[in-house]
Amino acid sequence: MVVQTPNGFTLDNSGRRVVVDPVTRIEGHMRCEVNLDENNVIRNAVSTGTMWRGLEVILKGRDPRDAWAFTERICGVCTGTHALTSVRAVEDALGITIPENANSIRNLMQLALEIHDHVVHFYHLHALDWVNPINALKADPKATSELQQAVSPSHPLSSPGYFRDVQNRLKKFVESGQLGLFKNGYWTNPAYKLPPEADLMAVTHYLEALDLQKEIVKIHTIFGGKNPHPNWLVGGVPCPINVDGTGAVGAINMERLNLVKSIIDMTMEFNRNVYIPDVKAIGSFYKSWLYGGGLSSRACLAYGDIPERANDFSAENLHLPRGAIINGKLDEVHDVDLRDPEQVREYVDHSWYEYDQPGVSLHPWEGETRPRYELGPNAKGTKTNIIELDEGGKYSWIKAPRWKGHAMEVGPLARYIVGYAKGHERIREQVDGFLSDLDLPFEAIFSTLGRTAARALESLYCCELQLHFYDKLVTNIRNGDTTTANVEKWDPSTWPKEAKGVGQTEAPRGALGHWIVIKDGKIENYQCVVPTTWNGSPRDPAGNIGAFEASLMNTPVERAEEPVEILRTIHSFDPCLACSTHVLSPDGEELARVKVR
Amino acid sequence: MATLTDRNGMNGCAATSPPPRTLVLGIGNVLWADEGFGVRAVERLHEAWELPAGVTLMDGGTQGLYLLHHVEACEALIVFDAVDYGLAPGEMKLVEDDEVPAFLGVKKMSLHQTGFQEVIATARLKGWEPRRMLLIGVQPEELEDYGGGLRPIVAARLDEAVTCAIDELRRLGHVPRRRRGSRPPEPLSAPAISRESYEAGRPSAEEACRVGDARFLTLLPGEKG
Repeated sequence: MVVQTPNGFTLDNSGRRVVVDPVTRIEGHMRCEVNLDENNVIRNAVSTGTMWRGLEVILKGRDPRDAWAFTERICGVCTGTHALTSVRAVEDALGITIPENANSIRNLMQLALEIHDHVVHFYHLHALDWVNPINALKADPKATSELQQAVSPSHPLSSPGYFRDVQNRLKKFVESGQLGLFKNGYWTNPAYKLPPEADLMAVTHYLEALDLQKEIVKIHTIFGGKNPHPNWLVGGVPCPINVDGTGAVGAINMERLNLVKSIIDMTMEFNRNVYIPDVKAIGSFYKSWLYGGGLSSRACLAYGDIPERANDFSAENLHLPRGAIINGKLDEVHDVDLRDPEQVREYVDHSWYEYDQPGVSLHPWEGETRPRYELGPNAKGTKTNIIELDEGGKYSWIKAPRWKGHAMEVGPLARYIVGYAKGHERIREQVDGFLSDLDLPFEAIFSTLGRTAARALESLYCCELQLHFYDKLVTNIRNGDTTTANVEKWDPSTWPKEAKGVGQTEAPRGALGHWIVIKDGKIENYQCVVPTTWNGSPRDPAGNIGAFEASLMNTPVERAEEPVEILRTIHSFDPCLACSTHVLSPDGEELARVKVR
Repeated sequence: MATLTDRNGMNGCAATSPPPRTLVLGIGNVLWADEGFGVRAVERLHEAWELPAGVTLMDGGTQGLYLLHHVEACEALIVFDAVDYGLAPGEMKLVEDDEVPAFLGVKKMSLHQTGFQEVIATARLKGWEPRRMLLIGVQPEELEDYGGGLRPIVAARLDEAVTCAIDELRRLGHVPRRRRGSRPPEPLSAPAISRESYEAGRPSAEEACRVGDARFLTLLPGEKG
């Protein structure tokens, strides 16, 4: 059957069906089903979250000031972002303002999380979709050294001996049979296009990235008191500032601030001299593989984040841009208001939930999570062992959020397209520079490669913003302001009887919102709409497909039984299913269980 | 009582060399009933015992790679976790040294297990060679209860699990001290998420629906697959 979707895709589900389950490497599960035509090109795509969600089942009746500690546990990857979003939602509901120092410190922590996630995502979770570590064993260390010096002359670690050492370590590791990290790869697939030297360089940088990531998280330890699970506070940040102090427990002194500065410098160096050159080097071998753009050229959404001044979430005060682009019109960026009942709304017609009536959508403040698990009439298999989903019926545990009725892509690429369209100077400079270095036209940004590149560029931009907020914090402290928290409205007796608020952030993987309703000092309703809910959303009643589904459309697959192209594109979103849905599939041992029918 | 059958010659170790830097790590997601066992075990240990320098106690949650540098920094690793051994619910089992990662990956039943197995593999790739690994695992009864706490049969093992860790620390040459009547100076995790307030503050089933995912989990009463 051939169907035209309102958001511009032609779906044809007549070809053979390929099922990939699960497709995430960490934290939760999603499954994709696609139909291939006779030339192995994807002509229909179905993405489903196989877990159930609903944080309100845990938070109802609890103290709003504690919500961050629970939301921090939803997921092992976005910990701090959920906590920040939660305290912002409570502050918004209760009209609590935070001091400038708290804003700078929160920004430093949020930016550290963005950078950490971007670097780890690329090297640990996504690189293996482009890089073949087994092929790296064939590399000539001397030629690798030459390649390194050509792509990044200022990176000091580039001698032939250095690469030989890494290659030997890798060899030993592979031979020892503890291939946990690299097992289940499709290492003979022609979809891998890098020469062995580029593979070895990338594997080497993977090891360097692991060393760097542990430095980045020290920023959380310094400002949040500990890591993992740093502390957060409604009204500010929990760390006092005592610049003259000599190590009072938890207090921020000059020695700690100097450490923060050195971490920022080190991270900046890595992003500039390793991460971005790697993405460019890899990109240069995949220039002809510009699939995966999906919704990015048509519909992008960003809530914006990193406020310059505290307590001001107007678009012009945010360093990471806010805006919505619809119908592919980049010359018209709409502002986004999370409280407007007409903007963000969720459908459940194709999700395993029910509302009172079909075809309706709800704003998150009115959000409901009532499960209704049933398969569509054309599904194959049983409810406990699904062989093939019926996308005409209910088929996912993820709801379908829409912005003014439009399915949207969120994440680094969406942020960068919104920023580019709004004329954000730094973003324009970065994107234009990247594309011109690879000799690619602007349209090339609407692709899987573009998504991966936007993440790398944003990671460097986040380092620059860290430096800015570090300077701002130090200047403010030097000027005598050491306030980090506002506790005026800490006592619930100062709160209104009923209040509602919204917290927003840009999580590494995209726009994140928490909507809270407070009644008699307790949480009455709590709804999270997370980035992977946007990107992984199923169809809506009008038939619009979601961002994952759209991104797979019209991609040719080299080998149907080894769909590395599907993994590459879905992974480029940095999907994180633990918070968009819950529970688990029966076995996650395999990287992907592929069924070709 | 779970016991160790083979000490691998570790007995003599303590007397001759300084105790190895040791990380006692609880992993798991407290939001998923018995999945929280590991975190609850370190919480219990922290309440009852004062640990010497050289031992780090950590609520690792589901932090995956965020834990890498903590793992790399230790010479001995003791992990508490809910593990699917295929035993009866609540049974405890200790796994040692090179067997540990395999046990974390035999059948992944939680979001973090592959994550932590990967952490160990990654640390190894980076050259980490622990002198000692010990997994103190309990067979969970119930995982599919979002927002729920430990089931009684699993909670009943907390003290025993703590004792196993203390015994191991002593074998390694550390000297843990029991807190006598005094509370720890600082909680290990945010107080709101402590076992007591987490379990006591749970909204009732009437207030907030608890039905899980029928496809992978237990079916609803009266429903057929």
